[in-house]
Order: sequence, then C-alpha cells, then structure tokens
Amino acid sequence: MNKVLKNARLLDGSIVDIEFVNGEIAQIGQDLSGKLEIDIAGNLLIPSLVDLHTHLREPGREDSETVATGCLAAVRGGYGAISPMANTTPVADTAGVVEQVFALGKEAALCDVFPIGAVTQGLQGEKLAELGAMNSSRASVRIFSDDGKCVFDPLLMRRALEYVKSFDGIIAQHAQEPRLTNGAQMNEGEISSRLGLTGWPAVAEEAIIARDILLAEHVNSKLHICHLTTAGGVELVRAAKARGVQVTAEVTPHHLLLTDDLIVDYDAVYKVNPPLRTSADVLALRAGLADGTIDIVATDHAPHPSEDKDCEWQEAAFGMLGLETALSVVVLAMVESGLIDWTTLVERMAIAPARIAGYSGHGESIRVGAKANLAVIDTSASWTVDRNKMASKSKNTPFHEMTLPSLVVKTFFNGELVFDISEKGGV
Amino acid sequence: MNRHLLSIGDLDRSEAISILDTAFELSKISDGAMKKLPTLRGRTVVNLFFEDSTRTRISFESAAKRLSADVINFSAKGSSVSKGESLKDTAQTLQAMGADAVIIRHSASGAAARLADSGWISASVINAGDGTHEHPTQALLDAYTIRSKFPELKSDFSGLKVAIVGDILHSRVARSNVLLLKKLGAEVTLVSLPTLLPVGVESWGVKVSYNFDSILKNVDVVMMLRIQSERMNEAFFPTAREYSRGFGLDQDRLESLKSKAIVMHPGPMNRGLEISAASADSLQSVVLAQVSNGVLVRMAVLYQLLGGTPLNVVSNSKEVVN
Repeated sequence: MNKVLKNARLLDGSIVDIEFVNGEIAQIGQDLSGKLEIDIAGNLLIPSLVDLHTHLREPGREDSETVATGCLAAVRGGYGAISPMANTTPVADTAGVVEQVFALGKEAALCDVFPIGAVTQGLQGEKLAELGAMNSSRASVRIFSDDGKCVFDPLLMRRALEYVKSFDGIIAQHAQEPRLTNGAQMNEGEISSRLGLTGWPAVAEEAIIARDILLAEHVNSKLHICHLTTAGGVELVRAAKARGVQVTAEVTPHHLLLTDDLIVDYDAVYKVNPPLRTSADVLALRAGLADGTIDIVATDHAPHPSEDKDCEWQEAAFGMLGLETALSVVVLAMVESGLIDWTTLVERMAIAPARIAGYSGHGESIRVGAKANLAVIDTSASWTVDRNKMASKSKNTPFHEMTLPSLVVKTFFNGELVFDISEKGGV
Repeated sequence: MNRHLLSIGDLDRSEAISILDTAFELSKISDGAMKKLPTLRGRTVVNLFFEDSTRTRISFESAAKRLSADVINFSAKGSSVSKGESLKDTAQTLQAMGADAVIIRHSASGAAARLADSGWISASVINAGDGTHEHPTQALLDAYTIRSKFPELKSDFSGLKVAIVGDILHSRVARSNVLLLKKLGAEVTLVSLPTLLPVGVESWGVKVSYNFDSILKNVDVVMMLRIQSERMNEAFFPTAREYSRGFGLDQDRLESLKSKAIVMHPGPMNRGLEISAASADSLQSVVLAQVSNGVLVRMAVLYQLLGGTPLNVVSNSKEVVN
C-alpha cells in the first residue's frame, strides 16, 4: 500500500508531496496521491535523528527503562536509531547480551536499536571483551565503549584501538582520569568550592582526550570521544583533526545549555557525568559543534528512578534523560542563537552520526530510494517540558517546566508512522 | 528571618547581629540562678545526627532544653538509617512524629538543604554541619566569642584581622566563618598549604597566605582548624609532622602573636598536631568560651527560628519550669 505525505517542507524551503512504497521514498513531487494520505501542513520534514549514546536499562534495571520504553522516548524525540550503551546488568560484553538487546529493539519495532559493546569484560578495565564475537553477532556491533567508566589502562586502550581495526570498529571513550576524579561530584571550580562538593576538574577529561588522540594517531585507528564538556577538550580535538587524526567527538544537549551554577540547591537532577561545566565551556562547545570540530550531538539519555535522585547529592545517581528533549534543546542552544541553521542541525544530529556509525538506512538526505526514516517538526511551535508526561519510564529531566522551541509532531520508521503527537500518548 | 538556617548565606547582616544580640540577652539569664526558660515548652526539637559529634549534639540538646523544648536524639548508628533507610524516609518519619525543628548533622554536603527544600517536612531545619559545606552555628558562636573578647566591635568588625589556619578545603567551619566574618566587615586571611585550599578561593574575597609565620604579628584572631592526619594518605601533605612544623600553633608562634590576640579552635583538638597543648591552654585561648557560647548562640537560633515570645517578657518571668 502506498502512502503519501502531503505538503512537506524540505530544508531548502520547497513544499513537496512524498510517496512511500515498501518503507522507501518512491516519489517526490507535486499533487501526488496515495491510498493513505497524511497532510503535514507545511511542517519541516527531516531524516529522523540518530543517537550514538543512549542508556537503556534492560537487562537489569527495567524499573528505570526498558528497550521498549526507551524506543518510545526515542521516537517522541524524532529519533530513528539509538545506540544503547553496555553498562547494563549483565554488562553487554558478550555476543549473547548484545543480541538480546538487539532482539528487544526489533520486537519494539519503533526504531532501530544498535547496541554498543563493552571494551573490557564487565567494564572492569582489565581484559578485553570478545569484541570480534560481538561484531560478528546478529547485532553487528561496530562501536565499543566502557561508557560510565574510562578505559584507563593506556596499554589496554592501545590494544583495543588496534584490535577493532580488523572490522573497521571504533572505540568510544568516556574520558575521565579516575585518580583525578576520586569521589568527584561536580565540576571543580568556584561553585564546587562554595558548596563543599568534591570537584571533577576539566583536566581529568582533557588528560585522557590528549592521551587517546596520541594513541589513535600512533596506531592509526578510529577514536570517538563521548560527551565532550570542556573548552580545552574542544581545542584538543580541533588540533588533532587539523593534523588528520581519525577522531570524532560528540556533545550532549544538556552540556550545550546548562551550567554548574544550577547546582546551588543541591538538586540531584543536575547531577551528571561528566558534570555540567561553566558558561565559558558551554560557549566553546557550541562553537565547536558549529564549526564541525564536534561532529555530532548525542543524548547520553540516562534514566534513573526517583529514589536515586530524591536524596542527598553525593548519594544520587549520575545522569539525565535526553531523548525527548534533545532536538528542542539543540534548536534553542544552536539555531535560535544563530550559530547554525537547520541544515547543519540535521547534519549533526542525523547524517553525521549515521555516517560515523555506518547505520545504513539512516541519516540519508530526502531523495528517491532512501529509507523512509523521517521526522516531522513544527518549527514554529514551542512546548513546556513536563517530567510527568515523558514516554521514558523515568522522570529525571533537567528541563522540567522549561519552555523549548520546535516540536516533533510525527516520526516515521521504515515508512510506518510510529509517533503522532495528535494521537493520545502518541501511537 | 528564614524558617531554616542552612548556610550563613541565608542571613543578612542585621539578622546575624540579631542572633548575636539575642544570645547576649540569653547570657544574662544563664548567668542567673534560673537557667531555664519556658519559651519552647511543648515544642519538639529533633537532633538528627548521621555523623558522630557528641559535642555539637549536646550543645544543641542543652540549648533546646534550656528553652524547655522536648528533645529527641536520633542517631544514625544502630537505627534504621544504618539499615539503608533513606534521608527522605527518615525525614517523613520525623514529620509524622510532629517535629517542630530538625537539627541535622550529615556527612553529605547539601543534606540539610535537601531536607529543608524537598517538601519532605514542614519543620525548621538547622544545619549542624553538612559534609564539607557549612556549619553556620559554629560561625555564629565564633563571632559571638570574638565580640565578647573585643567588645568595642559591637556590630561592625571592620579593622579586625582574622586568620583561619589549616585544612580550608575540607572545612565547613572555614566556609561558614569566611561568609560571616566578611558579612560583619572583618578582614580574613586563609593560611594553608596550596593543596588544602579550594580551587577558586580567589573569588572568596579573602587574603591567602602559605606562610603562617608571616602573618602572626598582624592578626587579632587566630582560628585553628582540626587537621585529619590521614589526609597525608591522599598526598595533601607528606607527613603529619611536616604539616605541624609549617602550620601548627606551637609555643614560638604563640609568643609572636599580639598580646591581645585570641586563639580559637572549633574542637575537637589534635593537641600536638595543629595546636600545641600550651597554646590550647594558654590565656589567649578562648576554646572553652567557644563551647559555652555555643549553647547560647544555639538557644538564640532556636528562639528566633521557632518564634519565641519577645525576650524581654521571658527574661522577666519568674516561672519555674521542670
């Protein structure tokens, strides 16, 4: 059965009708007709977003998020592919676990779920996990990360970078020098000193980024820097790219908008790792994302149950929700501030992440033959975030009660409408 | 005044002075034969101590009892807290029991703020030390003690030079004292090793010195902080002896002080480490005055937070309260 999207506005401003057949774009033109017609009334149509850094909590902590609820949150945020990190219980360090997560994603059938495998067994940083087995599994894992923990041992990091070259893999590093961040609670600076919270200094991130850039350069491998947060880190990546190192980097929406002075009341909703930094860092991250030093936006969507946030700061868990607010936060931080246009936003949130990860059928420009993985955005709307109305099982969004620009109104996955804001709860 | 006392930052200058003045009025009563006032009769004050601190707990307990409040001591050790009960559940239990004020001591910075601001309880919350954040009643009792030794200061500490010496990084006493002393107009110098000073201390509006000897002759108040000798295991300093040689208040340094200068310590003291026994027991030491003033200042805080009847009425009362 063919399906026609009427009155879609493309990034170049043109208004077109688009016909889907078998989950692919079959025709782009004017006055097309189909058995099912959906009029999107001049709203913006873009390739659905791709997240390379997601935490779903299945297996192990299904009380905070399952693969299915995470997928629902994803499609509400306009995502077509997400990449759950390995820090589940058990850890996704074997072909069995990554295949389980992959299968759960297929079962949810809302978006693609491409698991990220652990670099080391049990995220312990001691022995390599079976990277080859995860790569050749049905989940076809290409990105490996111990995210949440840093692969600190330089020899192990070197070996991991080398090992994945045989199947064109990538090591995604959570850059955190563990000795410099022993007991760390928030960005080290004026605010942490005043609040009496143990500091997480920028140098602890930058020292690992610098080391890993040198390692990746030495062994000519692909390195991806997770959730860059410091101005110094942006400079390191910029310099490495200038001399041709195969390094890519991501920034989260929350690090593009929020700063450490929000923590004055010890509200643990702002507790995240790496921590919220200063406004100077935020401006450097925005500039880095605008000029392409930072390749992509990644959510680091990290659901936690309320009891892990509604407590003393130092007892609280690190992490924030991200999938459902990412697009709007990036529009606010980057587009409304005039740093980038929508075309660049789509590059950073859909096209580049799909290209880095090699996710086929995602991040394609809207053309005949492309997979119909698409999101419809009302760019003139604004909406107020309500943590009690999230698709995620958890409520730990730092954007609660903030009014944000641009609203995802529909998401298509392989041509199927998987989210529609006009329906109750969205599909 | 706010319903809570979580940080010295919660007080403006006049509120801080008002607490000191109230404590002074209370001191006149405490010097009399009848030490107990009926002000908080029927009110329940809970000492919620997640960290051992006998001296602070009994100071608050004495203060509450002298105001005739009912006092419940809730120590985390051996209670449901050590069985994994959350701060929220503990707070809600106290709320259900009808606590009017909760005095909290906790190892986590911000625990008092969480207790006060999370909507868990309606009681007034008094911070009796939260992690490495603040200890506001300590700063108030220190200011009271300074004023009692330098009565010409009244409500303006301009011209007074105070040195706070030791582990500033981990000290809640130092943070509260810096805020209060600056609010009152004093000039504060932090004297420590670079490793024991917080990042960003230059924004605190204080002087910093790495050399204790160089400031001795100029200060009116030397406030020594307790040093935890195990800090050397985290490489903050090489050995306890090296620390003591550089930053301990020994006999020679005591003798270098102005004759009118006073020596303070929040206790408990490590005699022979940050302060020599002779310095602690010298005529210039006001350590015991700090302890007795602590009760008065905590009475004043409870009195103001819980809205006691006007003091002049109470102080004239001859009522005997058991």
